[in-house]
Amino acid sequence: MSLRSPLSRARGLGSAKQGVHHFWVQRVSAVALIPLALWFAFSVAVLATGATDYFAVRHWVSAPSVAVVLVLFIGTALYHSMLGVQVVIEDYVGSEGKKLAALLLSKFAHAAVAAAGIFAVLKVALA
Amino acid sequence: MSTKSPAGSRPLSPFMLGQYYRFQWTSLLSFAHRISGIGLSLGTFLLAGWLVALAGGPQWYAAYSAHLTAWYGQVLLFGWSWALMYHLCNGIRHLFWDIGRGFELKTAERTGYAAVVVSLALTAAAWAVACFA
Repeated sequence: MSLRSPLSRARGLGSAKQGVHHFWVQRVSAVALIPLALWFAFSVAVLATGATDYFAVRHWVSAPSVAVVLVLFIGTALYHSMLGVQVVIEDYVGSEGKKLAALLLSKFAHAAVAAAGIFAVLKVALA
Repeated sequence: MSTKSPAGSRPLSPFMLGQYYRFQWTSLLSFAHRISGIGLSLGTFLLAGWLVALAGGPQWYAAYSAHLTAWYGQVLLFGWSWALMYHLCNGIRHLFWDIGRGFELKTAERTGYAAVVVSLALTAAAWAVACFA
């Protein structure tokens, strides 16, 4: 039997090596979003030069290349947004209770919007 | 991490503005990065709403489009496009800082001007394509 306290034992194990996870995934998603965001902005601009009625936009979304990149863009943008909003909440919400509630609300909202957006693209593309 | 609330006893982040903190171009750009990021979060939610309306059928899409083509929708779209381009350009500045480059004051100021100018140019280019191509 060890006489070391649990805290001492945990300290002896060194760092969990997870400290930079948030930083790192925020940067990875940022790099991915450079081409994705430019593609999206200019694709929508080009789309707007023609008809933007229901059938024209459905036709655009249903092209496999567009649908795949749209899914990547929505997923990556909302993941990056979730990480960013988390930092803003942690910086500006003082009380621990309100902070936890805001973080949960933000995470659930981002997950729900990502699921709805991606499902919508797939529903149109696979129709 | 403390489980006690620090609120009330300690000032929260932007307390130093005005009284203690001299205005600087680079800090203004830093605020703009965060503000544009929050705007883009909301914009991405609205983008998902557009796609959900598209999947929902012609009536839903027509109802959503009516807001997008109204004056306030166009103002929001313009603001969103500039926020996207600015956050992208200034984000590239951040990525260079992350690898330890561009911290000299003169460089940081110059890349800041560049981020604003390039973001405006990209926004103008996207709207020029949309309106005149």
